[in-house]
Amino acid sequence: MTKKKGVLEFIAEHRFLHILLSILMGFLVGAVFLVIMGLSVGEAYGKLISSVTNLKGFSYVIVYSIPYIVVGLSVAFSFKTGVFNIGAEGQFVMGSMAAACVGILCSGLPGIILIPLCFIAAMIAGAFWGLIVASLKTKWGINEVLSMIMFNWIAFYFSNYIAGIPAIHSDGTAEATKNVAAQARTLFPNSFIQRFNLAPTFNWGFIVAVIVTIVIWFIIEKTTLGYQLKAVGSNKNAALYGGIGVNKSILTSLGISGALAGLGGALQLLGMGGRISVFSSQEGFGFAGIVVALIGCSNPFGVLAAGIFYGALNYGGSKLNLVGVPTQLISVIVGTVVFFISISIIFERLKYVGTKLHRDTPKKPAVPEKAEGSDKK
Amino acid sequence: MSKEHVDMNTVVVQMRDIVKKFGDFTANDGIQLTVHKGEIHAILGENGAGKSTLMNQLYGLIKPTSGDIIINGKKVEMNNPRDAIDVGIGMVHQHFMLVAPFTVTQNIVLGTEPTKGISLDMATARKNVVEISEKYGLSIDPDAKIEDISVGMQQRVEILKALYRGAEILILDEPTSSLTPQEIVELIAIMHNLTRDGKSIILITHKLKEIKESADFCTIIRLGRYINTVDVDTVTENDLASMMVGRNVAFKVDKEDIEPGEVVLDVKDLHCLDYRGVEIVKGLDLQVRKGEIVGIAGIDGNGQTELVEVITGLRKGTSGQVLVNGVDVFNKPPRFGYDHGVSSIPADRQKHGLVLDFSIEDNLILQNFGDEPFSKKSILNRDEIFKYATNSIEQFDIRPGNSEKRPAGTLSGGNQQKVIIAREVQNDKDLLIAVNPTRGLDVGAIEYVHRYIVGQRNKGKAVLLVSFELDEVMSLSDRIDVIFDGKIVSSIAGKDANENELGLMMAGGGNKQ
Repeated sequence: MTKKKGVLEFIAEHRFLHILLSILMGFLVGAVFLVIMGLSVGEAYGKLISSVTNLKGFSYVIVYSIPYIVVGLSVAFSFKTGVFNIGAEGQFVMGSMAAACVGILCSGLPGIILIPLCFIAAMIAGAFWGLIVASLKTKWGINEVLSMIMFNWIAFYFSNYIAGIPAIHSDGTAEATKNVAAQARTLFPNSFIQRFNLAPTFNWGFIVAVIVTIVIWFIIEKTTLGYQLKAVGSNKNAALYGGIGVNKSILTSLGISGALAGLGGALQLLGMGGRISVFSSQEGFGFAGIVVALIGCSNPFGVLAAGIFYGALNYGGSKLNLVGVPTQLISVIVGTVVFFISISIIFERLKYVGTKLHRDTPKKPAVPEKAEGSDKK
Repeated sequence: MSKEHVDMNTVVVQMRDIVKKFGDFTANDGIQLTVHKGEIHAILGENGAGKSTLMNQLYGLIKPTSGDIIINGKKVEMNNPRDAIDVGIGMVHQHFMLVAPFTVTQNIVLGTEPTKGISLDMATARKNVVEISEKYGLSIDPDAKIEDISVGMQQRVEILKALYRGAEILILDEPTSSLTPQEIVELIAIMHNLTRDGKSIILITHKLKEIKESADFCTIIRLGRYINTVDVDTVTENDLASMMVGRNVAFKVDKEDIEPGEVVLDVKDLHCLDYRGVEIVKGLDLQVRKGEIVGIAGIDGNGQTELVEVITGLRKGTSGQVLVNGVDVFNKPPRFGYDHGVSSIPADRQKHGLVLDFSIEDNLILQNFGDEPFSKKSILNRDEIFKYATNSIEQFDIRPGNSEKRPAGTLSGGNQQKVIIAREVQNDKDLLIAVNPTRGLDVGAIEYVHRYIVGQRNKGKAVLLVSFELDEVMSLSDRIDVIFDGKIVSSIAGKDANENELGLMMAGGGNKQ
């Protein structure tokens, strides 16, 4: 075995290294573009790093990362269970609109009731949106990817329609909804934010995101539900043979995934804007969620880290203009990272070769079965 | 078998003292191999004995740690398959490497396409392919798409691909593992055609019968060591088996006589359609009683696959009854059948039997993850699952040991099958359905699987065995039901069966009862 093969095998077997390598490639390709444009790599990346490594900058990163984490979990959960929730975008929009409606219309309720109510409404709306697509798939076998993309647009226009209803629409001239009731906002107390000089929108959403991460991890790893969904995700036929209801699993999976995306919408609304603008284009949180799930290897804690990373890129990227670097640099970096992670097919092949080699080199030579298992694969 | 086609004076392949180490593990330990021109040379060994490792060195996929490879009298050093092809070696892998939407011709010429100017000259390519296929009696349709032709035909394409590239020495890796008995007969004829033409064939296998039928010489490898090279005509299957596993192997399973008890499985007037919507099971009746193994003998495509799918709930039937202990499980989901006493060893262990990405411990609880002690109130109890896996691995000799957390996909075929058997035998249902339970396994593993199937019968369970291996059906079954054209056409006692009579009945002839 050559040295080179050993290194590749090692990378292939350690997903984490593979991700780090892809991120490194992203920055490398970004640097190439900077050089072509005649800009200073040091200055651009210096700015990127310095703008997120102070307390205020980091508090912004946290705030930015909340929807990415939760929507990332939504997509990751669907990946784990063998469905590709490309409709998180629409579920996110439905969730935030549901939360906005509750937050606007039930303004008489105290925050302690109103906030959970907004969350629940958002989760129901998101789950409902996911379940429509799931039942189209299970009832008539309609490809979920296609219908989800269409449902993203339905959600988009539906949200704009709701935003135009007089009871919801802003009283002023803004092309947006009214603001949700003040007590529905999840912001940290003003005094706290001022004392530590944090981002003005610093909010509780991050705590919720961390809790959700733990809950999703628990469901996937520790419960029979997670076992069942993973079995269907990995091998539908064997799951069916083993007596697991495949259609029920798909419904459950997309329901939970949709609820998460919807919750992401509520967290964003109650933490950040407090109202929903009339969209002129899709906001892209659902698609960002796919990126985050990819970078996080669909592992809940990986998604948590990836969400923060993605938040940092976006916040840091918004500061690049200050040093004369176009913000689009971030898109180049993210695009490259996604590209390199997506060619994981090649790495997977390598991993296969790796396991073959690995099986050829058992620790205990007394076990002959390992040596030639490769011919049975 | 006469050996006139073998030119004993011309050695085409010689591998001398081949040692291949992976880290501190020695996969090949001083292997010798000599192949003459025009010879079919079998390499026999259990799963994991080092056969594929040896052949991968001959095909340039890996390099020996020490030892020489001599092709046509010249010592060669091969760094990749290209080098092997250049010296006239071709390999047909167990799993074919064909492009499914391409035609036969396109696949055969792939990478060496004749060109006219800058465009492909498919007319010449087609002509070349037809020529070569006629020359060796490998009839194929050059314009058919790979996805439309049978596995046997695909294999011919693979062989033609190697011949097209000028192979004089063909390595066939487990060539019969996915073929029907008829296709195997055809393959053996093709192999003899090739050797008459001066090609040499190296056949990797663990099927003794095929070695006896086709090979001239056989080299036996055990645990990575060279055991012997024998003239196939001078040894019996038993000799080969004991050289392979290093002990005597029982081919015939000992079973004591048991008087069968009450009926467990009662299939009445069953009808169902195949995947094309054509009726394939046409009013089938079948009974299996306690303490009885009923074997279904039949040529593939006569409805046995669909029959099992209906019984296990994977396929909907059009009419009929499937009673298990008196409860009708007809057109009920798999779970319902399982709850009422049906367990099964599916035909396709990787598709239906296992979740390959799951660990062994998770595969062992595929039906029972929701029951105590494996879970309580929907929370999995990992300690219990692990303990159960540890016991199963030990009891069913799943190798390697301590593999509870290892993905099932990394096990060898035989051990994957042991995982399924461990699960289904321990589920301990009244009815065990086993479909081709020993497909692709070596004799050691086969003996083992057979022991467990007979064990279930001895415990008073009903066993339905569906197998394309007639030997297996004959040696295990208490009663053999012959299926033909969607019906059971005859039923005979297992001990009265003889191969010729069964063969005739399977083809739709013979005495109907």
